Amino acid sequence: MELRLDIPEREKFIKMKGKHHKKEFICNTDSVAGSVSQRACVYSGARVVLNPIEDAVHLVHGPIGCASYTWDIRGSLSSGSELFRNSFSSDLKESDVIFGGEEKLSKCIDEIYEKYKPKLIFVYSTCIAGVIGDDIKAVCKESSKKYNIYVVPVESSGFVGNKAAGYKAACNSLLDLIKEFPVLKKEPLSINYMGDFNLAGEAWIIKGYLNQMGLKVNTIFTGDSNFESLKKATASSLNIVQCAGSMTYLAKKFEETFDIPYMKVSFLGIEDTSNSLRKIAAFFNDKDVMLKTEKLIEEKTKMAKPIIEKYKRYLKGKKAAIFVGGGFKAISLIKQFRELGIDVVVIGTQNGQKDEYEKIEEIADYGTVILDDANPSELEKFMVEKGADILAGGVKERFLSYKMGIAFIDHNHDRKHPLSGYEGAINFAEEVYTTACSPVWKYVKDGVNKCV
Amino acid sequence: MYETYKSVNENPCNMCMPLGGIIAFRGIEKSMVLLHGSQGCATYMRRHIAEHYHEPIDVASSSLNEKGTVYGGEKNLIKALDNVIRVYNPNCIGILTTCLAETIGEDIDRIKSEYKTSRNISIPIITAPTPGYGGTHSEGFVKTSYRIVEELSTDKERHDRINVIVPNISTADLREIKRLLELMKIPYILFPDYSDTLDSPFNFPYKKIPDGGTKISDIMSMGGSIATIEIGINYEETPGKYLQDRFDVPLYKVPIPIGLRNTDAFLKLLKEITGNPIPKSIEMERGRLIDGMIDSHKYNFVGRCTIFGDPEMVYSVFTTCMENGIHPLLIATGSKTQKLKELIASEDNPLNDDITIVDETDFSHILKLSEEKEVNIAIGPSDGKYLTEKGGIPLVRIGFPILDRVGGQRILSVGYTGTLNFLDMITNTLLENKYKTYRKDMYEKYYKAM
Repeated sequence: MELRLDIPEREKFIKMKGKHHKKEFICNTDSVAGSVSQRACVYSGARVVLNPIEDAVHLVHGPIGCASYTWDIRGSLSSGSELFRNSFSSDLKESDVIFGGEEKLSKCIDEIYEKYKPKLIFVYSTCIAGVIGDDIKAVCKESSKKYNIYVVPVESSGFVGNKAAGYKAACNSLLDLIKEFPVLKKEPLSINYMGDFNLAGEAWIIKGYLNQMGLKVNTIFTGDSNFESLKKATASSLNIVQCAGSMTYLAKKFEETFDIPYMKVSFLGIEDTSNSLRKIAAFFNDKDVMLKTEKLIEEKTKMAKPIIEKYKRYLKGKKAAIFVGGGFKAISLIKQFRELGIDVVVIGTQNGQKDEYEKIEEIADYGTVILDDANPSELEKFMVEKGADILAGGVKERFLSYKMGIAFIDHNHDRKHPLSGYEGAINFAEEVYTTACSPVWKYVKDGVNKCV
Repeated sequence: MYETYKSVNENPCNMCMPLGGIIAFRGIEKSMVLLHGSQGCATYMRRHIAEHYHEPIDVASSSLNEKGTVYGGEKNLIKALDNVIRVYNPNCIGILTTCLAETIGEDIDRIKSEYKTSRNISIPIITAPTPGYGGTHSEGFVKTSYRIVEELSTDKERHDRINVIVPNISTADLREIKRLLELMKIPYILFPDYSDTLDSPFNFPYKKIPDGGTKISDIMSMGGSIATIEIGINYEETPGKYLQDRFDVPLYKVPIPIGLRNTDAFLKLLKEITGNPIPKSIEMERGRLIDGMIDSHKYNFVGRCTIFGDPEMVYSVFTTCMENGIHPLLIATGSKTQKLKELIASEDNPLNDDITIVDETDFSHILKLSEEKEVNIAIGPSDGKYLTEKGGIPLVRIGFPILDRVGGQRILSVGYTGTLNFLDMITNTLLENKYKTYRKDMYEKYYKAM
């Protein structure tokens, strides 16, 4: 099969397992103009990472759109404050663009302090704040001093890279903040959980497992976290990273700065979850922890396996396509689909890294199409050519999938049920079953839209 | 009574200009939109529009990076145009600027002309300046519609059709307006007609650009129409105004025909312009609406409402509430509009004189005022779920966007039939409110307290 793409420049972002083993493949670079990339911007990357910090104010310094489109954007759950679910904007207007927006930003912070007295405010830079050259750092510094709170700038001007650059900007802001706190004495059996945003309670599920294993979770970055919990992060002995795309950088910085080692984990699917829990237990090398871990794995597997087997009967032999944000997540999804007897035939990510794509190619079946920064037209082409029955992707991909008569799994910020851990594995299987085996497809596969 | 606003916006009540522009361009047959700016803008707007319409929304971006921002984005824009043509083969391309392109001062008209000449491109490429800081999505919609007509309407040869120019209303509303025109046997050009492109039937094989939209040849001949009926009364610089100034096409402006009076005004105007009678079947729809209004009038009278959203929609919802004894207490929009304030102030208002009107506002302010006024129902787009969650105020969803329900793109509210559908939603929400606590309330009030 030839690639035959409408946009020749896109060919180097795509390869096929087996067929194109030695072909040039690039990723993690600028999107091709006009290709209808599904990617977002630097600001978006930063916002999604920091947004779950629940007692913080998230203030966007820019025109209104940036705040409108990201208001309450993630279904992150909170056990405390709900302040993070508001979207604050300095709402820059034409005159601010001409004369500068620093004064307005400063006033915004005054008003927010007056109303909410928060301990922590994140101020996000946007394209426009960057281009007009507002000194956000200076404004933040001054306001911090004025109110004796933490006003933290986030360097997330939209045009300085892609979403991954935003993850990094967010991690830098977190690090800057944490460096201001006193460094705590290490607690032996304690852990920070990085890269879980507590969508539909996912971080709670994993925290529950870790507690059952006899480990203490100090800080989650950033699901269900708050100002006080961030202060405890330096006391941990280990960082585990679930969403590798957004948080590996922070974990590395923690290792450098606070001498806390890290490991990548995945809690998607039974196999990855069990492996990850064992890996964590092995790190602590504590007999009691290991025993408890094995007990947990046994109990949970016993609970989840039969349910998943039940769904597998209906799903075996179906073909799936994956298009998600990060490469690590894609890798987990491949395994998770396999647990259900489903082959993955197309795999793409928005922001996957080189090593992740290598891993994807290693574990993918022969003939699987692998693509970086795919656009709707390529997804359509390859899903048709490869005969995909199901697509796992984000909100924008959902409607393409449906219009093509293909079942769809919501692997996005919006989902209302957890996909992590054993409970999540059951939900995943149930969701795949729900969409792939729905009676509606009977009416669209043949004889489309004809009454007689 | 007017409220002033503050510096910070807490929970925006509007989106930005290019979003409205995208929807307007979707109303042209086989068109494709390109945003000149950073990648994120296109993605965010696509996501928002896709979730409202439940349709794939392909919008290209010139994906400006740091280099493009510093040295100019011409190269990116040209490459983007090339790629859009390669993949989508459209009959028309719209270029919308974003904040970024406007701030760095991109001369998109020059770039476009040079591009068309050098590539020998014959399809129309229409530019519209839509910086996000220049206005809301409502203004973006009108401004882009204006630019499309200004660019394409060149043919002044007279014909017997009338122009019907619409604001951002639902796809079901567009279809209803067409149905009424057809029932009255009136030849028309409806613009921008996104009723099929943004609400397309399922069909194989998948089409990258869905069928439907106003034909380019029709837009070209809008200058030769008998008259223009422009639905929407809030804006001055409109496509209808352009056609009047440039081609002497008489312009008639009417509110969105939601509610009895507004629908009457719309149909009366159609009758006056064309001389065609209003058929019996439409009169029966009118009678059915009045019958329904009477059936629900006592239930409606307890309604104390907040109305928010686009100025055009807000105005028509307001008059509909007034007709039915639902007390409007707070009128709010994210747009800046003196006109809306004047229109509402000029209404004869026997129900109460306690109406507050706020423009350029946000939801934190709307919530505060709604609570102060003890509002018991809110009417507007789905972001108003904030009022339900924080203030316990039930929400009747109408307008754009509706992101948390299915079918938001096809809520019918225009014409007599649409009005009744919409009114029933309001009444039933009020009834549900009442029955939720009725037994308990009465018990507390008359048994326990007596």
